[in-house]
Formats: sequence, structure tokens, C-alpha cells
Amino acid sequence: MPPARAWRNYPQLYRLEAARCTKCGTVHFPPRLVCSHCRNRSFETFRLGRTGQLVSYTVIRTPSAEFTGQAPFAVGIVEMDDRVRLTAQVVDVGFDELRVGLPVRLEFRRISAEGESGVIHYGYKAAPVRG
Amino acid sequence: MAAGIIGYGAHIPRRRIKVEEIAKVWGADAPSYKKGLELREKSVPGLDEDTITLSVEAARNALARAQIDPAEIGAVYVGSESHPYAVKPSGTTVAEALGATPDCHCADLEFACKAGSEGMFVAYGLVKAGLIKYGLGIGADTSQGAPGDALEYSAAAGAAAFLMGDDDDKLIASIDETYSFMTDTPDFWRREHQFYPSHGGRFTGEPAYFRTVTGAVRGILGKSGMKPADFKYAIFHQPNGKFPKRVGKMLGFTMEQIDTGRLVPTLGNTYSGSSPLGLTAVLDVAEPGDRVLMCSYGSGAGSDAFVFTVRPRVRETRDLAPRTRWLLDEHVRYIEYGEYAKLRRKIRMAE
Ligand SMILES: [Zn+2]
Repeated sequence: MPPARAWRNYPQLYRLEAARCTKCGTVHFPPRLVCSHCRNRSFETFRLGRTGQLVSYTVIRTPSAEFTGQAPFAVGIVEMDDRVRLTAQVVDVGFDELRVGLPVRLEFRRISAEGESGVIHYGYKAAPVRG
Repeated sequence: MAAGIIGYGAHIPRRRIKVEEIAKVWGADAPSYKKGLELREKSVPGLDEDTITLSVEAARNALARAQIDPAEIGAVYVGSESHPYAVKPSGTTVAEALGATPDCHCADLEFACKAGSEGMFVAYGLVKAGLIKYGLGIGADTSQGAPGDALEYSAAAGAAAFLMGDDDDKLIASIDETYSFMTDTPDFWRREHQFYPSHGGRFTGEPAYFRTVTGAVRGILGKSGMKPADFKYAIFHQPNGKFPKRVGKMLGFTMEQIDTGRLVPTLGNTYSGSSPLGLTAVLDVAEPGDRVLMCSYGSGAGSDAFVFTVRPRVRETRDLAPRTRWLLDEHVRYIEYGEYAKLRRKIRMAE
């Protein structure tokens, strides 16, 4: 990923910044220009909480070039407590422990690195809630 | 006006490897390593964990306890000897992830294992001087020992973060005194482009660690007019289980004072995170009025010592983020040497 493209997404990747519709309150992540619920065009920045639960998952064994060396790894769709869904790698969990409804927390992790000399990309991954 | 810690947080990766598992691969005698180092296992970071990610998680826990607006953090200092980039600061990513940018001073610090306490010292100093409202000092490392080297049994990963401020109603522990001690002592080093550090073997003990830590502690006791018995807890840099016990004894501290913050037997040496993580474990259980001594150590060589007095707010804040002993003891995953070698990038891959 070109550094500039990743950089534009830092508010979402680093701080989970969503857009909350000022008219109907619907939270959009990533932010949108028009509210899909009421067509309103004005939003306020809303920082998502970091907890949610797994609603779907799969194990990737043959990843795209950016993620070779990480395989096998799990990817899942997480329903956040703030009622938005996002896709994230699911880490620090045995594949046999994956299940729909697993409580997870988004942690700050390395997503990928451009070889040994390129930029390192950071963002969120889901890890099971400890305890 | 008093200044000191208004928020603290720890983070420790979940994976652990036991001394036996490493010794098995190198044909070494595990019981003698365990006895010699007083260490049973150590934390291991995942491929996606580094000094930056551990720092962010620890700092988020510190923010959860401080309950301040991250935009009011005026300085971010990450101390480490394993910054992910040779050129490009760790602190900018940490500050961006917390929401402390752009109105913020930032620098990465390096001084072997002392870099974490340096960040604490500088952040505290700037608050005390009135230049910033809040300052963040972090000690974090994901250090490596060469395969088969004694350091491989202890080099571990972890981070501790401290938010400094001077709002009287926010203080968790005031800093009452500081003292630093340092000389040029070549006990441990790593040259540019070298993957693993080098050390002076037995030379790392007497003239380096023990001389420097006792120098710093005697200095701060003299400066503050206090004696070992005045403290409820004492935390010393812990490269292994033995050194902090021995240095404590040399200085007149009891095991009771030392053990709460001595995490190394099941954590390993977290380098810049070492004594700072010990301090987080102490704050998790300390009571208002307790006096706490912390003394870091970094090869090269130097120590930063602090005297803290715990404030009543410690009780309200300790359960706003995970406690350090809980991170250390619960939900750990033991791995074998093969996975460890992969995670620590000790396996040579095709280009
Ligand atoms: Zn709407």
C-alpha cells in the first residue's frame, strides 16, 4: 500500500474515528459523505469503543502478497458495541477457539510491512477479550 | 505544587516461552539457568507486536486511568532499545494513535534499559516547569538475545506508560524526589546494523549494575533524607531475578519491599519496560500514603531514581484498566521454540 493512501486512513486505522449523523444518529465506519439511513450530509466525529463480538470468520491459508509470511491467520467480521461492523484479523486465539459471538477487543497492531526497508503499516486487529 | 503520576498503564504480550523449551534446543541445563537467573519463563511478542504497538496499548491504559482529553498531552516520549525504525520516531505513531497530535512535543529516547525512566523524568520535569499540562513517558521493548546466548533466556517484551501532571485532584502518586547517576561503563552495547547486542559477561554485574544502582539509590536517599525503612515498596531494574534481590539487600531493603514489583521470574527482562512495569504492579496494590522507591538501570551506564508518595486517587483508578499481575498471569499461551523462532524472525526466509 502506498504510504500516502495508508496515511489518509490513519483516523480510522489508529483511532477508530467514525462519523455520526447529526440528524438521525446513525454511526458510519468508515465515514461516508451521505447518511445511508436519512440522506443527511452532516456528521460529527465519533470515536468507537474498542469492544465487540465476532459475527463471522474464516482462516486464510493462501493470502495475498502483502500478507505472505503471516499465514495461516484468521479474519473476521466484528459487530462493535457501537453497532457498526468492521473486518479485522483475529489474533492471539487458537483457530479451534473461534466462534460466532466470541467477545473481542480491538488492539493496535502491525498490519503489514513493505519488505525489510519499506514503511510499516499499523492499525487494529481483534483479540479475544481477556477474562 | 506537587507533580507526578496522574495515569499509569501496562501491556504485556500473551505468549510465553519456558526456560526448559529454550535450553532443550541448545543442550543447556535448564535447572541451572532457572536457578542462576531466578527466571522460569518470559513473554514473547507476536509478529504484529513491536515497541510501537505495546506503547500504544500501555498508553491507552494510562489514559483510561487518568481520564483526561488526549489532546491535552503536551509531550510524548518513548524510551526503547528496539524502536521499529532506525530513522522515524516511534512517538509520532503513538501520539497519533492516542489523539495527542499535532499540539505536542515528541522524541524517542535511547539508553539501553534506562530509556523508559528517562521519558518519565523528562515528562515530569516539563510539567514541573509549567511548560506543558500533561506529559507521557513510556518504556517499551521487544528485545532479542542471540540464539543460545544467556540473554536469550531473559530478553522479553512489555511496556509501561505514565502520564505526568500537576492537578492535585488527579494525582495517583506524587514525585517527591529524583536523582540520576551515570558514568561511561562499556558493559552492554549494540553497534549500528547489528541484530543482536553484545555484553561484557561478568563485567555487567559489579562495576556496572551494582555500582550504578547503589550509587543512584544512596544518592536519592541522601538528597531526600530518607532511609530504606521509610518505603513500603522498592523497585529495581530487573535483568534477572537475582540482581534486584541482591542490590536491595546491599542497600538494606527487605524482600517484602522488593517482591511486589519484581515481575522478572515469569515476565523476563523487558529492558526499558522493566522497572516501569514493576512500578505499575506496585501502584495496582499500594495504599494512600505509601512511599515507593524506583530505580532503573541502563547499560553504558546509568540509573534514574524516583521517590513517590501514593495518593488516595490510586484506589479509584486501579480498576479502570487491567492490573499488571493479571496481564502477567492470566490468559497466557505457551509456545514451543519453533514458533518462537518464527515470531522472533530467527528463521532465514527466501528473498
Ligand atoms: Zn442519518
